[in-house]
Amino acid sequence: MIKKIVSIVIAIFATSALLVGLEDLPKWADPKQPASIHVSPGYIEKSLEETGVPNIVTAVLADYRGYDTMFETAVIFTAGIAVIMLLRRSKNGKKA
Amino acid sequence: MVKRHEDVIIQTVCRCLIPYMQIYSLYVLVHGHGSPGGGFQGGCIFAASFVLLAIVYDLREAKRRFSEKTNGVFCALGVFIYTAIGWLCLLLGGNFLDYGKLSKIFPTDPVMARYYGMAGIETGVQITVMAIMVSIFLNLATKGKHEEVLEE
Repeated sequence: MIKKIVSIVIAIFATSALLVGLEDLPKWADPKQPASIHVSPGYIEKSLEETGVPNIVTAVLADYRGYDTMFETAVIFTAGIAVIMLLRRSKNGKKA
Repeated sequence: MVKRHEDVIIQTVCRCLIPYMQIYSLYVLVHGHGSPGGGFQGGCIFAASFVLLAIVYDLREAKRRFSEKTNGVFCALGVFIYTAIGWLCLLLGGNFLDYGKLSKIFPTDPVMARYYGMAGIETGVQITVMAIMVSIFLNLATKGKHEEVLEE
């Protein structure tokens, strides 16, 4: 019982802290918000001349954030290996 | 789902459809630079052609064309291509995955070298996604038993 009360109190405090923080967030689609004035103009203006790729999404995905995409591929590889290890059975019913 | 059942219409339509699916997946791969697309999407489309083959014919036909051993090699090959390009850039004196340095060994200027480097890693992504999707499908559809399902 006391556990439930404690968790409810913690949840209320966490929610109200997040709601207080919500006040300071920039307005939705505000062109002057930090995310729009820090790196986005650089990508939009320079990605074609720096990478030769007309698609900004590809330039960010494969060039500026290539390290990230490498581990996305590694995650898919790991997931596939895990499925094979868990499910694959050999002829006599034992694990392959 | 992966057992053999003869249906001339479905089999003929799929025989016509599968090559176009595979060419379309390569189109999605190479046009990832100019339009939505890339290795992840193209790999899924390519895997879908093998899944269609396994459903319409049977598991044995699909595995005759893309054996389990080849599948396992391809799973690792894609990640290997990706990291190999990264290390190649490192060895040529740049940062990891700094494709501009590839212009030292390929006859292009640094900007176009970045373009082709990206095409290279997207190809790696496509190979891994394709092989993993096929192996996930085959293992889930047969509960990991593969050909034994056909004999039951």
